[in-house]
Amino acid sequence: MKNKLQALWRLFFGDSARAFGSASAILLVLLAVAPAKNYFSEWRHYQKQYLHLIRGRADAVTLERHFQGGIQQIWIPEQQVTDRCTTCHLGMKEASLADVSSVAFREHPVIPHKLTEFGCTTCHRGQGAATTVEEAHSATEQWEQPLLPAKYIEAGCGQCHLENQTGTPFLNQGRQLIVSYGCTHCHTIKQGDGTYITPDDDPPSLRHIADKTTREWVYAWIKDPQAYAGTATMPNYHLNDDDARDVSAFILAQSMPLEPPLQPVKADTKAPADPAAGTSLYGQSFCASCHAMQNAAGMMVGGNVGPELTGIGTKAKPEWLQDWVANPNHYDPGTMMPHYRFDAAQVATLTGFLESKTEPDFVANVHLDAATPEQIEHGKRLVVENGCASCHEINGIKKPENFAPELSRIGSKPLNQLVFVEGVEHSLPGYVAGKVRNPRAFGPSLKMPQFKFTPQQIDAVTTALLALTDRAQTQPPTMRIASVQQTKYQPAGNAGQLMGDLRCFTCHMINGHGGDMAPDLTWEGTAVQREWLTQFLKNPETLRPALIRRMPKFNLPDAEINTLADYMMTVYQTPEFDRDSLPVSQFTPAQVEQGRQLFYSKFACQSCHIADYKNDKGYIGPALAANGKRFNAAWVYHWLKDPQALRPGTIEPNQHMTDDEARSLTAFLMSLKSGGAQEAMKK
Amino acid sequence: MKPLLIAVCAVTLLMAGCSRKSNQPAPLQSTAAGTAIVESSGGKQIGYAGMLLDQPVVVQVNDASGSGVAGAAVYFSGPSGVGFTPAAALTDSSGQVTSTIELGQQAGRYKLLASTRDASGKTIGVTIDEVALGYQQTVGAQLNAQYCVRCHDPESTPQRVSNMDNLSVKPHPFTEGDTLNKMSDADLVAIISHGGPALNKSPQMPPWGYTLSKSDIAALVSYIRAVADPPYEAGGLVYAQK
Repeated sequence: MKNKLQALWRLFFGDSARAFGSASAILLVLLAVAPAKNYFSEWRHYQKQYLHLIRGRADAVTLERHFQGGIQQIWIPEQQVTDRCTTCHLGMKEASLADVSSVAFREHPVIPHKLTEFGCTTCHRGQGAATTVEEAHSATEQWEQPLLPAKYIEAGCGQCHLENQTGTPFLNQGRQLIVSYGCTHCHTIKQGDGTYITPDDDPPSLRHIADKTTREWVYAWIKDPQAYAGTATMPNYHLNDDDARDVSAFILAQSMPLEPPLQPVKADTKAPADPAAGTSLYGQSFCASCHAMQNAAGMMVGGNVGPELTGIGTKAKPEWLQDWVANPNHYDPGTMMPHYRFDAAQVATLTGFLESKTEPDFVANVHLDAATPEQIEHGKRLVVENGCASCHEINGIKKPENFAPELSRIGSKPLNQLVFVEGVEHSLPGYVAGKVRNPRAFGPSLKMPQFKFTPQQIDAVTTALLALTDRAQTQPPTMRIASVQQTKYQPAGNAGQLMGDLRCFTCHMINGHGGDMAPDLTWEGTAVQREWLTQFLKNPETLRPALIRRMPKFNLPDAEINTLADYMMTVYQTPEFDRDSLPVSQFTPAQVEQGRQLFYSKFACQSCHIADYKNDKGYIGPALAANGKRFNAAWVYHWLKDPQALRPGTIEPNQHMTDDEARSLTAFLMSLKSGGAQEAMKK
Repeated sequence: MKPLLIAVCAVTLLMAGCSRKSNQPAPLQSTAAGTAIVESSGGKQIGYAGMLLDQPVVVQVNDASGSGVAGAAVYFSGPSGVGFTPAAALTDSSGQVTSTIELGQQAGRYKLLASTRDASGKTIGVTIDEVALGYQQTVGAQLNAQYCVRCHDPESTPQRVSNMDNLSVKPHPFTEGDTLNKMSDADLVAIISHGGPALNKSPQMPPWGYTLSKSDIAALVSYIRAVADPPYEAGGLVYAQK
């Protein structure tokens, strides 16, 4: 054996010439390793496959002319993009390859952006500079950013687009959930444009809670809010019985009586004479526009602006209900609930009706002894520890600052700063979704409570959070589409106070401030006639038969109606045209007749609008049977010419009418002066 | 001895790592077998690529008389990227299994398979079709919900009352592939842009070309193609298990 080795040694390295020759040969082989590695690299394999694919196709010549071999790169220094993805993904820009089954070579699906302007990793993440599948797509030790799963892809859009986009329903939903579940009471979220996400869930003040409800109810509620109302946004803190007992003890103990105090319930409220009167007043007042309530059939009916009322009689004390129905400002000056002008009898009827809506099971098994000072003290400690004052006003406890980690850059959080637990996928999306799904799984001592989300809502919230990246914060401002912020508009004077008291802005938008539940009123003074407006405020008729949400009847006295009408007719005017610029007197009967023809034939308006209750049935748009009494002719004319110019986003199609057509149609519509919808329905 | 021990440990670890990656459902112990498997609900949904379908898929295993069989093992499978929770389960007392579906990462049509074994051990299955929308179709879906659906969809919901019955000429629901597949893209664009009269149809279809942009209308067409049933031939890819 040893001899053989020696012989071999002598053969290759026996003398200096042999040694030189052998060493050179070894060196040559070593030198060839690098080119060989390059030659057999993965991306060349993909390029060969691609060429094979396109040569078999009808437009091979064109495709081959577009093909460039070698490493491809999209380099956009100002966006920190160095993406070599197109080295393998060669068909990205080839429309004729839309039907290729291999994702690698298919055309990129249609999006509003050019690949060359935004690169790939801007939206998809992954490692742009890598040239192997593993490194580019997956997380590696050096680069922990894997490709974003398709279900979160809208997070890519959300880095630049801070406004709601038509094409990103899940991102929009996730952002809305973050706002409506009040995540930012505890977590600060500063967006790329410098604005902060503000919650709109309006958690109630607890400063007078003992006037409103009982300790038993508070106990049952904090144990499981969704057991009371499935739509409740309050999360579950998973308190044990003792902790819930002590928190409820403290919450009640810190409460101070309202000033002036609540009045005892009047005797006649206790036994409402006619149970149907309550139902009917609840309906007339359109409480269901905002509040949901389970009906006899077990169906939840109503809106989600205010809390669900199915068990309100179990929750709220009668004297509180009476006070609240009469004037909610007394208990909560910041509430979104309007101040209805109910008379004493109506207050009694509605209070009695709401009192009868009970869920006795909710508190049936709650038996609490009188609280001890130690329990109250322990309860206070729990309230402080759990950050209850982040959301609720509580006497003697200040709202904590930065109670939970800031989330402004959660979408770029390095994995080595995260703690993973069993059952949570080892990736950033996995971590974020896991936290949203079940925060306490990351440790029983963690404070984040359990929110009640569906799996689909969890994905949406995760998408919105993943959009909060370093890139979103640091990119050039020109890349950014700013979020739409509410203005601080407040109407002035008596009318302004009145509109505040009636909470018009809970539903209506005016000058960029307010809700989107009801029509924008910025130019209402140009649109409608004063007589109609006063009549409508007195007794709102049904304008859109297909809608559940309606304008409530506030029972306003004439003086208040006049104040509102005067203000709206004077101030809410468009600068674009004069509302009196098209007098109805100038319309001829021939124009009216021509307008009728246009309404029923050329433009088929009856598909969506009712001009005549006997024949027309369309109910997508508002009924127009009383149009001549409601609108000003100039508004109707300009509306017909370009509806979106007067109300951006309205679904009324712009029919591109000529001036003559619009004038004739206006003449016809202004001739419609029958009664309102309700009147017509009765006939 | 020591290196051997390390090697054994390494191999074991490696195998453990590998076994976690493979998504093979654990075999279930059937206690009964049916003669047929049918879809109860959850087929033909319109979802979004990579996302959960709104409704779970429910399949039922029936015996010869058509009533449900409890305790039969049902396995769900589909093209790669499709997630089933659970991927395998025994039928409940009514003979049904419910599974939540997460569609694959690509837009297109998905063919999912739910299978079980009959008494002779033969595999019987039922195919469930689902649609996954991509970006452009999602834009179309949103515009559809805003502008089109109230006339084109005969179904009413509490939030949205259908207007179809109020129209003298009934519009085509967008899923009505039998009719809409015969129209070219250009025809669809023309009728959406210029209204029914553009193709000698009812003016009750208004022109949207002055309200929606060209790319909006292209998105609507791509949505209409994506949801057509039967499928539109040029409507893109079909994903099925190989």
